[in-house]
Amino acid sequence: MSGRRRPSVRSYLVLAFPVGMLAIFFLTPFLMMVAASFYRRISGGFYEPGFELASYTRLFSGLFVERALFSIWVSLVAAAACVTLAFPFTYFLTQMRRRPHVVLLVLVMSALSLSEVIVGFSWSVVLGRAAGISNILVWLGLMGEAQPYQPGFIAVLLGLSYIAFPYCILTLYPQLSRLDREVSEAAQTLGASPWRTFRTVVIPIMRPTIMAAFLLVFVFTLGSYLIAAILGRPEHWTLSVFISDQASFNANVPFASAMAMVLTVLSLGLVGMVLLIESKTRRAE
Amino acid sequence: MRALRVVLAVLVVMFLVAPLLVVAIVSINPSRYMDFPPGGFSLHWYGQIWADTGWRSAIERSLIIATAGAALAVAIALPMAYVLRAYRVRLTPLLYGLGILPFMLPPVISALGAQVFWNGVNHIGRIENVIVAHGIFFSTLPLITISLAMDTLDPALPEAAQTMGANPRKTFRTVTFPLLVPSMITGYAAAFVLSLNEYIIAFLVAGFSVETLPIKIFNSLRYGFTPTIAAVTVVFIGLATSVFSLFALFGNLLRFLGADPAVLERQR
Amino acid sequence: MSERREARGALRLQGLVKLFGEVTAVAGVDLELPPGKLISFLGPSGCGKTTLLRLIAGLEQPTEGRVFLDGRDITDLPPHARDVGMVFQTLALFPHLNVAGNVAYGLRIRGADRSAMNRRVEELLGLVDLPGLGSRRIMQLSGGQRQRVATARALALEPRLFLLDEPLSALDANLREQLQVELRLLQQKLGITTIMVTHDQREAMTMSDLVVVMRDGRIEQTGEALEVYRRPATAFVAKFMGSTNLLEGTAARGGRVMVRDRPFALDGQAPSEGERVLLSVRPEDAHLEAGVASDENSLPGTVVFVRDLGELFECYVDCGLEDHVVVAGSPRERVPVSQGDAVTVRFPPEACVVVRE
Repeated sequence: MSGRRRPSVRSYLVLAFPVGMLAIFFLTPFLMMVAASFYRRISGGFYEPGFELASYTRLFSGLFVERALFSIWVSLVAAAACVTLAFPFTYFLTQMRRRPHVVLLVLVMSALSLSEVIVGFSWSVVLGRAAGISNILVWLGLMGEAQPYQPGFIAVLLGLSYIAFPYCILTLYPQLSRLDREVSEAAQTLGASPWRTFRTVVIPIMRPTIMAAFLLVFVFTLGSYLIAAILGRPEHWTLSVFISDQASFNANVPFASAMAMVLTVLSLGLVGMVLLIESKTRRAE
Repeated sequence: MRALRVVLAVLVVMFLVAPLLVVAIVSINPSRYMDFPPGGFSLHWYGQIWADTGWRSAIERSLIIATAGAALAVAIALPMAYVLRAYRVRLTPLLYGLGILPFMLPPVISALGAQVFWNGVNHIGRIENVIVAHGIFFSTLPLITISLAMDTLDPALPEAAQTMGANPRKTFRTVTFPLLVPSMITGYAAAFVLSLNEYIIAFLVAGFSVETLPIKIFNSLRYGFTPTIAAVTVVFIGLATSVFSLFALFGNLLRFLGADPAVLERQR
Repeated sequence: MSERREARGALRLQGLVKLFGEVTAVAGVDLELPPGKLISFLGPSGCGKTTLLRLIAGLEQPTEGRVFLDGRDITDLPPHARDVGMVFQTLALFPHLNVAGNVAYGLRIRGADRSAMNRRVEELLGLVDLPGLGSRRIMQLSGGQRQRVATARALALEPRLFLLDEPLSALDANLREQLQVELRLLQQKLGITTIMVTHDQREAMTMSDLVVVMRDGRIEQTGEALEVYRRPATAFVAKFMGSTNLLEGTAARGGRVMVRDRPFALDGQAPSEGERVLLSVRPEDAHLEAGVASDENSLPGTVVFVRDLGELFECYVDCGLEDHVVVAGSPRERVPVSQGDAVTVRFPPEACVVVRE
């Protein structure tokens, strides 16, 4: 807005409400959690104020490192799978005429309104042994006996890709819809087949956006709880499940807090990278 | 090339719809066990949702939390978006970052923080905890939608009102606020749907005493399958997608997603 | 690279129709174009000229009709299999490649070896007067420079047809006029068949051998630029190719046309008696005389407005017709009249052209 005015006392007061709410109900809890990571754990599921680094040293234990690495690994693969499917899909979407374009977009975005627990449950049925894909294949005579594909790594991967998919499209769509159609047409008049055009022109131009989408999905799936909890065995649990588990069932809040700190730093770093890419893209325009 | 385009679109649609379709089929199966092919057609399990007080109260609780939580989210976002966009406030990037931060972090972090907080003030296991936690966590959405609306607001409009004698408060009430209502509704709808769907914050904050719908579904999954879960799922999907459709109808969905209007016009 | 080649690029369009849903962009075009010339598709926006160009390039598929290039039916060929080079309105340079990368793009696809490719790129850059700028990034170039890179890129593969879609519209007026001359000289040097889409009649007249005037998806008139200017076939063409005075009259005996009860003699054209006739006379062909006379091919009137631009002199006269008559001339021809004077406007027979509606 041009010509912004200097704030009056009243406007400061108005601002005080949201800032106050955020300070009390977001910053304070966050800081309390930071503090809790240094507290001492007592048996019975409680903790008392203190200062010790026991929770942080536990971070270097094999169990946490293993969980963390697995979390990162599965998120990376899910992000790659998601972007690989979403990018060409979104590209074609932006080239469609208005009607199918809008219909498909609404369909994909509707998936955003699905709860993670629903997605987890649905995929557990699809990949299960009772009423899923393998049952259809048995019914069609292509398979001997029904097999369960969940819980398992592939199941978690599919679930994560599913919930991340609409967000991935949300990130890719604005830039892809702004892609100058004539640039692809120019490549074609120079002898490039549609596939070659896609490979040597569209993808290179879109590279920053693809990167941003990848990172965003990565962060998003890192924070997922239910998919891993429903579709994965304990060895497939992500960090979020581990943290939540420690905080509730194992009642080790200090350790959970310490892990949450690590996750915070990691997430903020990744989000920072995405913002950097987006600002570079905007500056280039 | 055209064939590839169609194949990809079909694949994606199948990928998105398949799980939901399967659950819908399971929900109308009269048999108590999950089997395929389904034995018949029955709406018995849908009736169970109503009959079973556990499910009914879980749905009620979720709706209450979503209604109140989304309202709180908008109540937080509106003054912030307005003041930060209408006035030159020092520390604007910082304050705006504070507003965005809850949503940028993995939810388990906010959930754990909230748990520590409410335990610390000894206000445990109450529904208000969840409402407040959701209100804060989802305030980012209306913050973004209202800020965007403020950005596209023609600055000449409030100025014109003022030249006609309206003081700042009246200007806001009669000119700015009505123009912001669509973005408020969009933000509300988004926060509502997400609150309805949310698990981990609700669980860590008051999960053992306030059983929301997602919590109940998840718990039920652990205890073994009943087709009622499938029926609930279908109802849940219907509820959420209706709200979303209203949201899509109300606002120009494509513009909201960032499409360039000029490009849209070209594609007849 | 040969500077003059055997004439290739003979284009024939047969019954081309293009519909976009309910909208008819091209409503039946038959055209046969000679090779080696620069042809302009000229018309107002929405007349279908760009669509026609895109049909030739293969970027759109015709709803009906065929396209022939040097005798071969290329209608079903995708753009990357047609032998055309195109400069787009937005230039469409690849932002992720530098100048050399852009120019060499087509060559790389053909699989030229590195050194041959570099030589060719340098050759092309020299041709468009951008020597040594191969390593520059597109963002660092000015509008005129980008235009030349787009030209070099399109010509790299020595295509049969060189297509340009309003190539100079994004440039400011001075640069545009300079590039008009440069492009024309380049085309003449290479002898390449060139089709250019433009809405600027002066641009078309500056550069073209042939002009194709289009309206509402159809061709109104085809011919050499100056011919079309001097002898427009329709009122639309007359008004589009510069300004004109349209005089409504009725055909009388002896090949004359009565305009406001004044007889007008024509040069050669003889409309049948009783027919309603429209005459087009260019302002620079009309003459102004002080005082009232009543000869053939003249109309009395009152001066409404005088526009003296120093290098050009224009006079708006109310002769009782629907629009004011405009008389234009060079400073030498200036007649001392002012607003309100009674004058006579003369329309010499050889300047009166019968045009269709």
